[in-house]
Amino acid sequence: MAHPLDGPVAEMARRVRDRGDPFTARSLVEESLRRIEALDGRLHAFLHVAADLARAQADRVDAEIAAGRDPGPLAGVPLAVKDNLEVAGLPLSCASRILAGYVAPRDATVVARAVAAGACVVGKTNLDEFAMGSSTENSAFGPTRNPHDLARVPGGSSGGSAAAVAARLVPLALGSDTGGSIRQPAALTGIVGFKPSYGRVSRSGLVAFASSLDQVGPLARTVADAALLHAAIEGPDPADATSHAFEAFRAPAPRTALEGLRVGRVAEFDLGANPDPDVAGALARARRVLGEAGAREVELSIPLGGAAGIPIYYIVAPAEASSNLARFDGIRYGLRVPGEDLEALYAATRGAGFGPEVRRRILVGTFVLSAGYADAYYKRAMAARRALAQQFERAFERADVLLSATTPTPAFRLGEKSSDPVAMYVCDVLTVVANLAGVPAISIPAGVSATGLPVGVQLWARAGHDTQLLRIAHLLEGRLGTPAPIPALTREVLA
Amino acid sequence: MTAPAPRLLVGLEVHLQLKTRTKCFSACPVSTSGEPNALVDAVVLGLPGALPVLNREAVRLAVRTGLALGCTIADVTKWDRKNYFYPDLPKGYQISQYDQPLCVEGAVEIQDDAGGLKRIRIRRAHLEEDTGKSFHDEQGTKSRIDFNRAGTPLLEIVSEPDIASAGEAERYLEALREIVAYVGTSDGNMQAGNMRCEPNVNLVYENGDRTPIVEIKNLNSVHNVGLAIRFETQRQSTAYAERGETGQNTARSTRGWDDVQGTTVHMRAKESADDYRYFPEPDLPPLRLTRAWVEGEREALPELPRARRARYRATLGLSEYDAGVLTASRALADWFEAVLPAPAGARDPKAAANWVSTELLRHLNESETSLAAVGLAPQELGELLDLVSTGTINLKTARDLFRELVADGGSAATLVKQRGLAQVSDEGTLETACQAAIAGQPQAAQEFRAGQEKAFGRLVGAALKALGGKGNPALVQATLRRLLAAPGG
Repeated sequence: MAHPLDGPVAEMARRVRDRGDPFTARSLVEESLRRIEALDGRLHAFLHVAADLARAQADRVDAEIAAGRDPGPLAGVPLAVKDNLEVAGLPLSCASRILAGYVAPRDATVVARAVAAGACVVGKTNLDEFAMGSSTENSAFGPTRNPHDLARVPGGSSGGSAAAVAARLVPLALGSDTGGSIRQPAALTGIVGFKPSYGRVSRSGLVAFASSLDQVGPLARTVADAALLHAAIEGPDPADATSHAFEAFRAPAPRTALEGLRVGRVAEFDLGANPDPDVAGALARARRVLGEAGAREVELSIPLGGAAGIPIYYIVAPAEASSNLARFDGIRYGLRVPGEDLEALYAATRGAGFGPEVRRRILVGTFVLSAGYADAYYKRAMAARRALAQQFERAFERADVLLSATTPTPAFRLGEKSSDPVAMYVCDVLTVVANLAGVPAISIPAGVSATGLPVGVQLWARAGHDTQLLRIAHLLEGRLGTPAPIPALTREVLA
Repeated sequence: MTAPAPRLLVGLEVHLQLKTRTKCFSACPVSTSGEPNALVDAVVLGLPGALPVLNREAVRLAVRTGLALGCTIADVTKWDRKNYFYPDLPKGYQISQYDQPLCVEGAVEIQDDAGGLKRIRIRRAHLEEDTGKSFHDEQGTKSRIDFNRAGTPLLEIVSEPDIASAGEAERYLEALREIVAYVGTSDGNMQAGNMRCEPNVNLVYENGDRTPIVEIKNLNSVHNVGLAIRFETQRQSTAYAERGETGQNTARSTRGWDDVQGTTVHMRAKESADDYRYFPEPDLPPLRLTRAWVEGEREALPELPRARRARYRATLGLSEYDAGVLTASRALADWFEAVLPAPAGARDPKAAANWVSTELLRHLNESETSLAAVGLAPQELGELLDLVSTGTINLKTARDLFRELVADGGSAATLVKQRGLAQVSDEGTLETACQAAIAGQPQAAQEFRAGQEKAFGRLVGAALKALGGKGNPALVQATLRRLLAAPGG
């Protein structure tokens, strides 16, 4: 019989909350910790396992229930947290040497909200350093491996969170998505990854990479599970001035039934002349399934939504990153490498503390903001970004949702692209524009390749239509009938 | 042939700390005292994951100051990051305003060197956060940083280069301090560091030559700003005359004021403009201010010192000197005006001004107390003035009573009644006392009758003494003259 940890999150929380059921939060956490112990040596999904914290939180949930109180809709559910989010008392590394020894003094708003809903934090997951990357190979502490093929990457930057969920170590994980960092690893590991509308979820306690693009979201095995975690963490936060309520949103809500749904097919999202057959096949099947369910396909163009998105993104994101990462200077916390004078201390600390990809983006960002270059690069990119957002607005006048692939290919091999930054950047071609436009997008499992590698498809909606997007994704997920595949190595630990 | 004197151009950048309870972008309290690094939080220290949240009170105080300076307030303003590395700048960038400042195009009126009125134009005033403070040891090997000041709201007020002398710079700063103290947005105290000033100074010659612009730092008093500008005027003039230094052949530079030597010292050249890589702060949305809110703030402004002085002269008939003394602080002027209303119309403003600017200020000086600590209420001084103007008490009694009342408070009328201090105006009593004085001073009476007017004083003194100091001096004098003029008197 399957362990409750492998069932729907709502069901495991229901059993924990049911006083008549002897099943406890503690037993969920113990099972999660047991699986991490058994498998994470091979996956390296976690940078830090917080067994003591998880047990204490589970015991508190069980005590609440014993006292007749309701700990919330995530009661006892083990949660993995990407290590660029603060969990009070746990190390916060961002997979970087520069934060050596740093312990978070407080909970990120999303962590506090998830825990307030009953979730138990079992650990901090691996990522590309400061969330900069698409494979989790840029972690200063070694890569995470794809549970479906240990020779392949899990995607990134939330690769640790994706691998932990895909391998059934935890049912839920938090990630952050600046250019696809939730959706791309979700697609490559065969799970659900949701990037909410910009401003929907608080960034307070998320270590900023690119403030105007970053958004926290859930990784889960099903859309329903993802929606439960999203519901717990979303909503305005006084500690984040860019978070806001979408209730005043006036545009008409899209249909939430597949019957009559207008599904946009964007020319610029096309996979090109020689698409990966597994990705193309999965996308074609999703289109067919939607058509069979009564949805209507609408041909659209978002001129800046294709390859143009990459240069816009790789100017705006590094520009903001170069400023956001200036605080890691060796003065107040983290790594300090002494130098002859102040300049030397800065150079030595930041040279030793940051990995090559982070240094590259700081250099690019500093360059595009410099006097004499800002007009040609940063300002032009920002103007293009505004035009892109308007193009999305117009597209959503004709379509309720957009459908695309999430990634051009399934998971690639470790080392395959790590020496070619541009090849790595192009992995994000189907995801970055959602961040640039601030719209919500979700990747859901859409089957496996001939060699057993997962493939995802992506749905997009207008900013503020997060709930409607989740409902449509849930319906498509049911029609597709391709649930998150269980990796072979996970079968070793299943009861 | 001597060249005509060059024209001095000075523009001032003033940083003003606004008196908010909490910091500009966090709920961390602001205070001038406290242990080092006690007034900090995650935002102030720039910890990873911390986000700024705008303090609306900082915006309100900035707008209030801008309105008092006659500025136009922007409908939409935004925040920008000014990027540079320095240990007392926690985030590696300062949240400031680059191309859309909150306030633009105001002016401060001052006296020019000839005593005329001059407008010093204000180009812009924008809100930003303060940095921490660095302390370097003597050997230059160790530094300590106190972040208590970091994140305090600052209004940077940039003037046009309209200031033409050191004296004008001093008067501009005094005027600015007076205005912000009046509207209550800042203490404006340079010694305490809540007003800081960096003058940009250069000279323009008739032939079009300009000396390179020098920015002067490390000025901690208005007096030193004047000294530094005077020194710099001389230094630049010499450098031009002897070495032909102009902006064409010499880079702009920053010089520091050396208080001990009384000189400016070269700090660094600005070979190229510093590149702060400004870009819009993505953590803070743009700020929209409604017209109605701004107008509400405008209506809530108190009358400013210059307008108040003009009104005192025009409608109260006070001298320019008295008007200046009384408006030196908003509290003093308010106190003065509270003396004037009386049950039957207004009291004599000149008498009230006289009492406030002499008796009250003397008391404050001698007792080293503040206006708030004075026991006397303005209306009580008004009653004392009424007792004088109706002739109930004489000036000497009034001054004695005033000294008592400012210390202990109380009602002048009650004290006069209790102690029988009302001056004697009864004809019979006066005549008896005057007769006694003449009888007691026959020598003086004789001299007076012989035409020696100065002997009269001795007789008046004797009569007043006989009346216990309470005699109405005018009536005493009249009675004495009448008696002395009387035949056989």
